[in-house]
Amino acid sequence: MFNIERWKEIFQSIQKNKLRTVLSGTTVSLGILIFIVLFGLGEGLKNSYSDLFLRQANNVLFLYPGKTTKPYGGFKTNRRIEFDNSDISDIKNNFSDRVELINPTIRYGDVIKYKLESYDFSIQAVSPSNQYIEGNVLMKGRYINQKDIDTKSKVVVIGRLVARDIFKTEDPIGKFINIGSRTYKVVGVFQDLDGDNQESFLYLPYTTRQQILMGSDKVGNIAITFNDKLGGSGAIKLENEIKTFLKKKKSIDPTDPSAIRTRNVADELDRSMQFAGALQVIVAFVGIGTLIAGIIGISNIMVFIVKERTKELGVRKALGAKPSEIIKMILTESIFITSLSGFLGMVIGIIFLNTIDKGLQEYFITRPEVGIGTALFATLVLIIFGVIAGYIPAKRAAEIKPIVALNDE
Amino acid sequence: MIEINKLHKSYYMGSSSLHVLKGIDFNVEDGELVAIMGSSGSGKSTLLNILGMLDNADDGTYDLDKIRIENLDEKTAAEYRNKFLGFVFQSFNLITYKNALENVALPLYYQGIPRKERQKTALSFLEKVGLKDWATHLPSELSGGQKQRVAIARALASNPKVLLADEPTGALDSNTSIEVMALIQKINNEGKTILVVTHEHDIAKMCKRIVHLRDGVIVEDKKIKQNIIKNV
Repeated sequence: MFNIERWKEIFQSIQKNKLRTVLSGTTVSLGILIFIVLFGLGEGLKNSYSDLFLRQANNVLFLYPGKTTKPYGGFKTNRRIEFDNSDISDIKNNFSDRVELINPTIRYGDVIKYKLESYDFSIQAVSPSNQYIEGNVLMKGRYINQKDIDTKSKVVVIGRLVARDIFKTEDPIGKFINIGSRTYKVVGVFQDLDGDNQESFLYLPYTTRQQILMGSDKVGNIAITFNDKLGGSGAIKLENEIKTFLKKKKSIDPTDPSAIRTRNVADELDRSMQFAGALQVIVAFVGIGTLIAGIIGISNIMVFIVKERTKELGVRKALGAKPSEIIKMILTESIFITSLSGFLGMVIGIIFLNTIDKGLQEYFITRPEVGIGTALFATLVLIIFGVIAGYIPAKRAAEIKPIVALNDE
Repeated sequence: MIEINKLHKSYYMGSSSLHVLKGIDFNVEDGELVAIMGSSGSGKSTLLNILGMLDNADDGTYDLDKIRIENLDEKTAAEYRNKFLGFVFQSFNLITYKNALENVALPLYYQGIPRKERQKTALSFLEKVGLKDWATHLPSELSGGQKQRVAIARALASNPKVLLADEPTGALDSNTSIEVMALIQKINNEGKTILVVTHEHDIAKMCKRIVHLRDGVIVEDKKIKQNIIKNV
């Protein structure tokens, strides 16, 4: 391999046969280039899907109370189901091995007033876990904390758009606003990457809200986060277990579909990622097809090269070239061309992906990229097959009797 | 130098076979210049190919410089060809993308001789055939006679024991043929054993001995008075 004389022979052969070199080199470069671009686009598609979900917590299960559709345990149909504080502690106690945070929420509407002006925003009474579940990012002040829950304090955290509309250039922290007939102190401002809608919320402690409702222990929805390690199937299992538990507790027919409804983010993410994954498999399939086409291309060219050089090889053998010399010569040449053009195609492919990076967002492709490992692997595969493709005709050529090779026209 | 006993060779094409050499007995002494003559199909080229280890005999023995040539694998055959034999072909068989010097140096490359020494030796052989000034020219830039002289220089470069020339003048006009034959005579006079396959009588007469082949057997083998070329 590191015989300088052989390399000189090879460079001469490459230089003097430019068309042949360019032809085989282009096939290899193109194969790798197309593979990398396709693979990168597939990756970009997957990235878009992940981005869509990763901004909020995805190990979350939402429980919504509804109305019964079947009579059960002495109750008539069409009974309204409600969650209350005992459900929260029951879930906490019975599923402590998997459940991490519980966020009861009470959504309601009321007039918001500040300095004689009225405003209309969504109001939700929540627990501190809400920050993690919604993916709120604090800009100023603090979020609702456990002390607020325990003392039922009249504090509120507001979204960025709420702060902008109500307080304009004023600093909202420490100011008082009215919600309905009560006065609340603004303790924090948050933003949310999921968009304007998420930033138009006011959050206050759910216990404060319950106290205002004459000491009610009712809550609206319950969101639960669970251990990440559960995975998709574990999450669905937990979802069903909690549902069954609550139905039993509230005397609901186990087959009633709408008394308690659930939404599992992990499940949704799973399905979307599966779709993106399937897309990438298809893209990878096409990419591998291109690679195979590239390999067939090199094989053809190698057969052609050896055929074209049969007479020359015969002359070389008559002059004393051993069969191994002939094989080494053709192989080294083939490896050299495939490696060089393979890496060239790889680099062009990566540069191309980096160039189009920003331009394809509107086609739902984010950060199209190929891991350097994948790129090198694909290049290596092509080189290895290039070697095999070169070896077979080279070996055959080396075995031809010199007299046959010399008579080849 | 060369001893051949009861050499047989057949070619098979599908079901039919062609018996080309039918028991050849043939010796060549050191320093001889032998013309092998015969019409096409007489087996003369086949004989030369077997002598050149480019082809294998079916039966009989072949000794080259007291070494038995039989059952050679390709590797050994390549070594022997390189060490013992120099080839000159009718169609020159120069490598088209190598210049004259590189063509002559090629057998030395396969002997593993370093580049500098190779080029020096190759240049001295080009000088011997009178083409020193054409060293950097590609074969396509040379005339037929020049090409054949380069081929002769290449055949001599590895200092072989025997030079085998297959119709060396077959592709040349008569003046150029005489030039090439003069060169072959000169090399022979320096002591090299040379076998020339030809079907031209005047070319054969420039050798020292003529062997006639017909239908795979030697019909005549005689020493002649060599027609020595002068004033070339």
